[in-house]
Amino acid sequence: MRSLFFQILLVAGIGFFGYTIFQNTLHNLEQRGISTGFGFLDNEAGFGILMTLVPFDETYTYGRTFLVGLLNTLLVAALGIFFATVIGFVMGVARLSKNWIVSRLATVYIEVFRNIPLLLQIMFWYFAVLRPLPGPRQSIKMGESVFLNNRGLYLPSPVYEQGFWLVMVALALAIVASILIARWAHQRQEKTGQQFHTVLVALSLIIGLPLLAFLLAGMPLSWNMPELQRFNLTGGMVVIPELAALLTALSIYTGAFIAEAVRSGILAVSHGQTEAAYALGLRPGTTLRLVIIPQALRVIIPQLTSQYLNLTKNSSLATAIGYPDLVAVFAGTTLNQTGQAVEVIAMTMAVYLVISLGISMFMNWYNKRIQLVER
Amino acid sequence: MTEHTPHPDLAPPASAVGFVGWLRSNLFSSPWNTVLSLFSIYILYLAIPPIISWAFLESTWIGDTREACADTAGACWVFVKVRMDQFMYGFYPESEYWRINLAFGLLIVLGIPLFIKRFQHKGKLAAFILVFYPIIAFQLFSGGNFGLEHVETSRWGGLSLTLVLAGVGIVASLPLGVVLALGRRSQMPIVKSVCVVFIEFWRGVPLITVLFMSSVMLPLFLPEGTNFDKLLRAMIGIALFQSAYMAEVVRGGLAAIPKGQYEAAEALGLSYWKSMGLIILPQALKLVIPGIVNTFIALFKDTTLVLIIGLFDLLAIIQQAFADPDWLGFSIEGYVFAASIFWIFCFGMSRYSMALEKKLHTGHAR
Repeated sequence: MRSLFFQILLVAGIGFFGYTIFQNTLHNLEQRGISTGFGFLDNEAGFGILMTLVPFDETYTYGRTFLVGLLNTLLVAALGIFFATVIGFVMGVARLSKNWIVSRLATVYIEVFRNIPLLLQIMFWYFAVLRPLPGPRQSIKMGESVFLNNRGLYLPSPVYEQGFWLVMVALALAIVASILIARWAHQRQEKTGQQFHTVLVALSLIIGLPLLAFLLAGMPLSWNMPELQRFNLTGGMVVIPELAALLTALSIYTGAFIAEAVRSGILAVSHGQTEAAYALGLRPGTTLRLVIIPQALRVIIPQLTSQYLNLTKNSSLATAIGYPDLVAVFAGTTLNQTGQAVEVIAMTMAVYLVISLGISMFMNWYNKRIQLVER
Repeated sequence: MTEHTPHPDLAPPASAVGFVGWLRSNLFSSPWNTVLSLFSIYILYLAIPPIISWAFLESTWIGDTREACADTAGACWVFVKVRMDQFMYGFYPESEYWRINLAFGLLIVLGIPLFIKRFQHKGKLAAFILVFYPIIAFQLFSGGNFGLEHVETSRWGGLSLTLVLAGVGIVASLPLGVVLALGRRSQMPIVKSVCVVFIEFWRGVPLITVLFMSSVMLPLFLPEGTNFDKLLRAMIGIALFQSAYMAEVVRGGLAAIPKGQYEAAEALGLSYWKSMGLIILPQALKLVIPGIVNTFIALFKDTTLVLIIGLFDLLAIIQQAFADPDWLGFSIEGYVFAASIFWIFCFGMSRYSMALEKKLHTGHAR
């Protein structure tokens, strides 16, 4: 009885709250002469964007700015996840190393970068490191064809010539073949106990087959090198300093958290497991691969996904340095130009919500799956 | 008959004990380890001497003007020194600095007894700090009463603003998080679903969109003419956002308490709130201290985001100082200063939580 009363009260309270907000918003919008609805998405945007993955100029619509921002967010998130994972795994393992100096270095890295606000790190890389770099003429050269200056990092870009599709087909074939071989080898081992060097065969397939196709097709790949002209560099591809700063900061910051996750995962596997594996006669490498890592992953993967999620959400700090991500372009410029605050913020939040709810659902599925293994 | 006397033990070889032995077992135990060690030492050799010479040996500490740093290769700490007042107090009127100092000093004086073991009235004192101290501090900061000059929140800034934001966020998000966590584990379906939706919503969006929402959408939600203080809006945004994370941490603790504890509390005839407050929560919160402190640390770091909606916290005020035409080009010094302050606070919190965890460890954890 009491709980029913509480719940009715709660529903009434929330309903009243929502109704008031709704009425106020309608009234305020009317006062300011802002029309509601998503019609503004079809209007011409009239502003340019620093970096776009799809064609864009002033004549495209506001709807297109949403797409541009979303793609830029996904780009920085994907690259950041890759680099942070590499850094995190290396540092996490290094922190557990028996080598005193290596483990100390990893500890210092983790404790320093975990405890400094990400925004500060982003601004440091952008305003204190990348912005004050010399101009194109005095570019810092790394090797023959990599240039770093205040307009960004210039890298050679690949040019795919005719016949490159052959290489891609070969790669796809090699991957499919490796999967089939792995499955066959697993079944054979279950049945007969005979082992098969799956990794070696798969590696040679994945490297060898595309290489063969590459040579057969007459090396259909060349590099477009950046070259120093009078005032600027031409050719190649350029990583704008905004992206470089954001990516560096995100990878280093998230890498520190991933390193901690990796460390806690490995420590969570009790030492008895290692000893039992040795007692069964497994070698250290095999022990690591078959006993330690599968159990450590059970602890690491949930933490890892939540760090990936954090990285994606943190990429919205791009606004502070002007990297054109979803928040900067859409919730920033588009919002200011159209004044459609409710629609724009709702769309922006919806994107992040969809990403994070999707990943949570994956997590729940994964947790259920690994729980079945547990006895 | 001669008695056999064993030969006395030889001393361990010089290469197995002492410094050399330590080096051999820790740095050069295998070829791979040797390579790693040498590589690390090389990296340290490349990094450490320049940093030390930049920050200390060749840096300038004395002087009041830019000219003092004209011919130094190292850091120009004069820049930080000259602006120190602003970094600490923002645009607060200089004659009123004592009020901020008094507010923080009072907090420290009130807080010290909490760390003294023999002090008897910790509960009462803590309640006083939580309930009355904020009122006193607000009066001191804002003024307007008792003959104190009124200082608008737009003039608050620097480290003191960062601490205010973090303090309010911490004090507000913990109880809110506990309530949300209890709600999420509640038997009442509507309460439960409301809490789930609330928590998942805030956890799913970046803080920056929350702050954007509080600055552009909140004015639309409120009746026409009502004006909300910008600082208050940021505080509400941060507190709601972090309370969702806090709720998940607390929920983890609640889930870890064995069912027998709930049933025992019920069997004793305790009401829901009493059994939660006296039996379950003290155990659950103790279990999740590391998680709670991690949330506090995240909150502290997240206060820097108010820069984006135009509040002048420590980072924003340092960023703003770079634009001073008299002091162009000292951004590294500024960032290093800000980073060390944030680092000291965050690292201190994490160490304190470790110590607390050890102290409260009463043998339940395996």
